[in-house]
Amino acid sequence: MIGGGIVTVSYIAAMILFIVALGGLSSPETARRGNWYGVAGMTIALLATVLGVVTRQYTILLVALLIGGTIGIVLARRVQMTQMPELVASLHSLVGLAAVMVGFANFMDPTVHFTGVEHTIHDIEIYLGILIGAVTFSGSVIAFGKLSAHITGKPMLLPARHWLNLGLLIAVIWFGREFVLQSAAGGGLTPLIIMTALALLYGIHMVMAIGGADMPVVVSMLNSYSGWAAAATGFMLSNDLLIVTGALVGSSGAILSFIMCRAMNRSFIAVIAGGFGTGGGAVAVSGDIEGEVSPIDTQETAALLVNAKEVMIVPGYGMAVAQAQHTVNEITRALRDKKVNVRFGIHPVAGRMPGHMNVLLAEARVPYDIVYEMDEINDDFPDIDVSVVIGANDIVNPSALEEPDSPIAGMPVLEVWKGKTTIVLKRSMATGYAGVQNPLFYKENTRMLFGDAKDSLDAVLKAL
Amino acid sequence: MRIGVPREIHAGEKRVATTPDVASHLIKMGFSVAVEENAGDAASYSNEAYAAAGCEIVASAKELWAQSDLILKVRAPEGSEVGQLRSRQTLISFIWPGQNPDLLKELTNSGATVLAMDSVPRISRAQKMDALSSMANIGGYRAVIEAAQHFGRFFTGQITAAGKIPPAKIMVIGAGVAGLAAIGTAKSMGAIVRAFDTRPEVKEQVESMDAEFLMLEFEDEDGSGEGGYAKVMSEEFIKAEMALFAEQAKEVDIIITTALIPGKPAPLLITADMVRSMHNGSVVVDLAAEQGGNCELTEAGKVVQRHGVSIIGYTDLPSRLATQASQLYGTNLRHLLAELSPDKNGEIVIDMDDEVIRGATVCTNGETTWPPPVPKLSAAPPAAKPEPAPEVVEHKPSVAGPIIAMVVAGLSLLGLGAVAPPSFLAHFTVFVLACFVGYSVIWSVTSALHTPLMSVTNAISSIIVIGALLQISSTDKLIMWIAAFAILITSINIAGGFAVTRRMLAMFRK
Repeated sequence: MIGGGIVTVSYIAAMILFIVALGGLSSPETARRGNWYGVAGMTIALLATVLGVVTRQYTILLVALLIGGTIGIVLARRVQMTQMPELVASLHSLVGLAAVMVGFANFMDPTVHFTGVEHTIHDIEIYLGILIGAVTFSGSVIAFGKLSAHITGKPMLLPARHWLNLGLLIAVIWFGREFVLQSAAGGGLTPLIIMTALALLYGIHMVMAIGGADMPVVVSMLNSYSGWAAAATGFMLSNDLLIVTGALVGSSGAILSFIMCRAMNRSFIAVIAGGFGTGGGAVAVSGDIEGEVSPIDTQETAALLVNAKEVMIVPGYGMAVAQAQHTVNEITRALRDKKVNVRFGIHPVAGRMPGHMNVLLAEARVPYDIVYEMDEINDDFPDIDVSVVIGANDIVNPSALEEPDSPIAGMPVLEVWKGKTTIVLKRSMATGYAGVQNPLFYKENTRMLFGDAKDSLDAVLKAL
Repeated sequence: MRIGVPREIHAGEKRVATTPDVASHLIKMGFSVAVEENAGDAASYSNEAYAAAGCEIVASAKELWAQSDLILKVRAPEGSEVGQLRSRQTLISFIWPGQNPDLLKELTNSGATVLAMDSVPRISRAQKMDALSSMANIGGYRAVIEAAQHFGRFFTGQITAAGKIPPAKIMVIGAGVAGLAAIGTAKSMGAIVRAFDTRPEVKEQVESMDAEFLMLEFEDEDGSGEGGYAKVMSEEFIKAEMALFAEQAKEVDIIITTALIPGKPAPLLITADMVRSMHNGSVVVDLAAEQGGNCELTEAGKVVQRHGVSIIGYTDLPSRLATQASQLYGTNLRHLLAELSPDKNGEIVIDMDDEVIRGATVCTNGETTWPPPVPKLSAAPPAAKPEPAPEVVEHKPSVAGPIIAMVVAGLSLLGLGAVAPPSFLAHFTVFVLACFVGYSVIWSVTSALHTPLMSVTNAISSIIVIGALLQISSTDKLIMWIAAFAILITSINIAGGFAVTRRMLAMFRK
């Protein structure tokens, strides 16, 4: 209905809108507008393609769009903020699956004709697109299973798994060569299907080997993969919009993974290789710490909080598990009414995905201007009267800085122990994800408030 | 078991070993409590309050001592009290067995079991029973109050219509429990506070209270002794220290000294010359008066005027804050009793294998059990020996790595350029540029919005739907249906991704 030139111009508009949409996320005010730019870009791209390229099957197309769109909106409405990581993982899997399907459809499309080098390059693009798509798909499905606790969060480590991965890689390359050769002769479907199966297996194996608290890295890595899958598809279809969008998303995910890894002082390879410290041999669990923990009850906690001037709340995954964010907000408000300066300190890897804690706190209507990142507030701890650690462990572990042999040595942590008093909410004395004892609990100015975070905080709120 | 709380008979002693509040706790633990009539008067706890808490009021001390299995006191027994102690009776109070060997002998001979609150070992577990710290805390507070009483000016600085008032300058020597309490009190009254201590580890504590820590630049000398106390320092150190005090004495208005070394007379820190150099109207409060005093001119138990300076040598500062002191001391006793009565059945067991109880028990069944074997735990971990600084292996970024990477990247680009058709290279250019745009855009995203970032990138990565749209018009049924399915799932993603992002962003508010 509309000419190719118009379509291309629309694509350029969409690209710019997408870039502006991502740029908007630099602050919460501009982010809302940015999201609408994204929606506009997507609408323009869809309209231009439907009007300019599609020639028949409008009904099926519309029905598919409507069904999908409805499911999507219902999902988005229903999802609880604590389940965001699961939702994101499942959405990633859809991108991966779509990339696989588009790749196959394109391969089987009889109208696509290339010759010579162009044919080879096109085949490689198809092959790569399906490969990345399949890894994204199966990896995201496993990540979803782990995040929603359908699959155990513990790393599943097969013996000789690095060799297994290497074998898979070699097999994938070998079948790639087969595929290009056979495709030139008109065939090639068999090696393509075998490779897809191998890629699916690889995705499963890779994510199974990664533990619960490394999930922020995995989720952002899969985010990155879904982008590269789109970019590869763009090459396959010679479509610049897909290439640009894919590259944007791919680098976004890569940067997030990098930020997460840096926040744990671990290399990306080590995280992907799975397990904590298992990459470098035995896990060096430091010996039991001498000393005693001093418990505190909710009444005393409330009294401490009311009498404090500066309070820092450090939330972790435990707050999400206990769904305690609303109570945290109520307590924050009660304290702020009493002129207590309450702030939040967020470690980059707190929770199960980047920014998880920020979203939970925002959901509970904690004003975002009192929520700070680690680097912004770590120097303020000496002035803090009471720090409240809610369901976090490794991210406040002083041995990361003090013990050079600790498995988490060098990881930047929130230095809560420098404050006057620290209250740690915890269910038991169990170690955190890294399996390291936390000397914080034994410090003289630390008080332990045992029990479910939500129940404890409710009681504290009542006592306020 | 019956607990008896007699009235303190030491002249001027106002404290009492149990408050009504503590007594009610003890009764809950299964004890019965008898209090001598008017025992709490001086500390403002009335007989009625004790009775209301469930205590029996006994008119005479004699009766009380005779009927009780367990006597709780503040001061060590004196005069007639010692004679009333009998075997199978337990006494808990301050004893100071080191300073009072005769008393200890008499107590041993009585056959009673005696626990000394001053001998509770200073380990973390026993902090809640540490009456010395409780009393030192009060002493430190009271020292500032006494100083204020004898000081003719404000503590805080003010600018008033009638002129400018400079803040008082206070030097606290010895930043133990008493010293820190004094620092906190003086600070909250607005004074400028400086503190000195031979133990460098307390620097942080002093600074955490907003006071200035006076440092002596002395290497290799750490004044931390065992149990968190100070130890005797070397001669050169003391010389430097005295020079510092002489310097400060000319400047500060109030000096509060709290320097004590266990088992030794108090070190002499403020000489008569230093007092002479102080301004008229200045105050010295000597918390070590009982052990001989840190100031040369101190007279124990009195306030004296020397060279225009008031020198306060009170030895009963906790007793001067009797209500508070009784409450803290009573709570310390209650914690000790909880430790002695693990079954909460109102009976006590002297478990000599328990480090705290062993330490506190000075005699039992006619045997002297003081001093106890030395506990080897320090309140503060001994300062880390200046161990050879862990060798920092600087990972110098190797120059070879990037060069190799660049060469490899360059060669592969060359290889690509040699074989690839121009149309591919055009797309490749776009791809590389887009990666760089993505890189710079994403770094500016605030970390608080990383989750929305993921969901929005998710939504836009569904642009892959275009690939499906291109194929839906295919005449091949299979391809058409695959494309239709791909459209379905990507549209879930588009709608879901944008909608959930919108929902999240709407929640971020100031």
